[in-house]
Amino acid sequence: MSRYADLVLTLLAAAFVLALSWAVPWLRFVMTIAIAKGLAVLGILLLLRAGQVSFGHALYLSLAAYVVAFMAARIPEVLLLLPLAAVVAASIGLLVGLFVSRYRAIFFGMLNLALSMVFYSMLDKFYEVTRGGDGIRVPVTSFAGVVLSPDQQSWALLILALVLAVGFGAFVRLYLLSPMGSALSALKTREARLEFMGIPARRILLSAYVLSAFMAGCGGALIALSTRHVTPALAYWTASGELVFIAILGGAGSVFGPFLGALAYELTRTYAAALVADAWQMILGTVLLVVILFAPGGLWGIGRALVVRGRQA
Amino acid sequence: MILLSAKGLKLAFGGVKAADGIDLDVRNGEFLAIIGPNGAGKTTFINMVTGYLTPQAGEIHYDGQPLVGLAPRRLVRLGIARSFQLPQLFLEHTVAENVALAIAAREGLWSPIRPLMRSAWRAEADDILAQFDLSDIAERRADTLNEGARKLTDIAMAVALKPRLILMDEPTSGVAASEKISIVETLVRVLRTAGVTAVFVEHDMDVVSRFADRVAVWSQGKIAALGPPGAVLTDPNVLRDVIGIETEAGHAAA
Ligand SMILES: Nc1ncnc2c1ncn2[C@@H]1O[C@H](COP(=O)(O)OP(=O)(O)O)[C@@H](O)[C@H]1O
Ligand SMILES: [Mg+2]
Repeated sequence: MSRYADLVLTLLAAAFVLALSWAVPWLRFVMTIAIAKGLAVLGILLLLRAGQVSFGHALYLSLAAYVVAFMAARIPEVLLLLPLAAVVAASIGLLVGLFVSRYRAIFFGMLNLALSMVFYSMLDKFYEVTRGGDGIRVPVTSFAGVVLSPDQQSWALLILALVLAVGFGAFVRLYLLSPMGSALSALKTREARLEFMGIPARRILLSAYVLSAFMAGCGGALIALSTRHVTPALAYWTASGELVFIAILGGAGSVFGPFLGALAYELTRTYAAALVADAWQMILGTVLLVVILFAPGGLWGIGRALVVRGRQA
Repeated sequence: MILLSAKGLKLAFGGVKAADGIDLDVRNGEFLAIIGPNGAGKTTFINMVTGYLTPQAGEIHYDGQPLVGLAPRRLVRLGIARSFQLPQLFLEHTVAENVALAIAAREGLWSPIRPLMRSAWRAEADDILAQFDLSDIAERRADTLNEGARKLTDIAMAVALKPRLILMDEPTSGVAASEKISIVETLVRVLRTAGVTAVFVEHDMDVVSRFADRVAVWSQGKIAALGPPGAVLTDPNVLRDVIGIETEAGHAAA
């Protein structure tokens, strides 16, 4: 799609999120969480371009969330905590990436899963430090030096989430069109040829991996700051699976997919949990099945197809 | 001047001696054809020179520098490029993008925000595709091409790396017989203009005799004959063993 169309769509989407948050105040929190997850899913999308599925990216999300929880007492400022947490996540992403970028397909997916589960059990077992399953409460933090009311703070976090989503969305869009992004999808179809062109395939994958960890870190920090409570559940393998689910639901064809998917997922979950508490998992499963079978382009793909058909009609 | 020098290369797969003491000097600027029956070890030789396989014995020198043990990626940096017997394309990319990625690999891969199809690279890719007569399919996805177009795109990608030495594994197999000569003519013109040294595996003796400066005849991991096409292609032993033509002289010799 053209840059202009993407820009208009971005503005419309942001306006929609803000309007909905204003009209239904308790959705403000839901949407902040959704966008935060969308940031992590954007990283999943990058790796999907290389044909790799990480079943462990909740590691970076939860790691950043815990960095916020641990550091908030010492650095009670959102605009310092968030970058700090994201940089820690990216650094661990670099270390882990040096190792996992040697593997492909099922091995790549399972190694990520395994490492995230190691982190989960550390969070769960070292009670002295992490308070185990009880989790840690995040103290009140200032925003740009100002201590806001809870209501103002939730607006501030939503707007911060939107700014990050737009910023990373635009960056990833450029990245995918750049030689690095192009090599990423080349790695999926003919990795061996890359080496014969002088392109180090592993380093291409590693770069995307670190970026994905960084974005997941931003998402995790936002989640910790919004929920003000972190628990090991953030690192549990189902949380990683959820990110992959959202990626497929939203569609990997566009940087809009992850956010569309995350919003649809969180909103559906919120309402479904209230209406049909027991059937929620079943709804999830059915939706996933339908998307994979009938709309491999995800919600984004469906939306696009509708627009194209509308124009032709 | 010798650009590439192989000495005593040996490589066996189980009991199969794919290279059994290969000695070959490639002169700077020449077009050297490799001929020989299937399974003679022609591809294995290219694989060893481009770092995909490591010989069990022997040495390879390029521009005076030892090559054995260097990864394919390093060899590309030194100016050695190759194309493949079975084209190795990036299937989800267009033809133009395949070539542009090769240009990017040469000129500056590590920019996360500048587009691959930026004007300078786009123009150079278009230029190369025009030379190969591929302009019409520049925007086609690589997985939709026919065999001949895939082959040419594969070679165009190697040429886009601006190598000093190019190794082409059966560049004309899969290309329609009617187009063969014109395609090779184009290829030779492109490579000669750029001063590239070429080693190519070829089954078509017409192509070999027209375009090769020298011919090396591969047979069971060894070089059975080496010389100008005029001499080698009339050698009765070569005619019998490689091309499968019995001659009077051949009978007499056997
Ligand atoms: N990677 C490999 N593993 C096992 N055997 C191989 C491998 N590569 C080549 N060979 C064997 O080595 C011999 C020479 O193969 P190759 O170099 O492809 O021949 P050519 O290109 O002349 O047809 C063949 O018998 C082939 O089966
Ligand atoms: Mg071969």
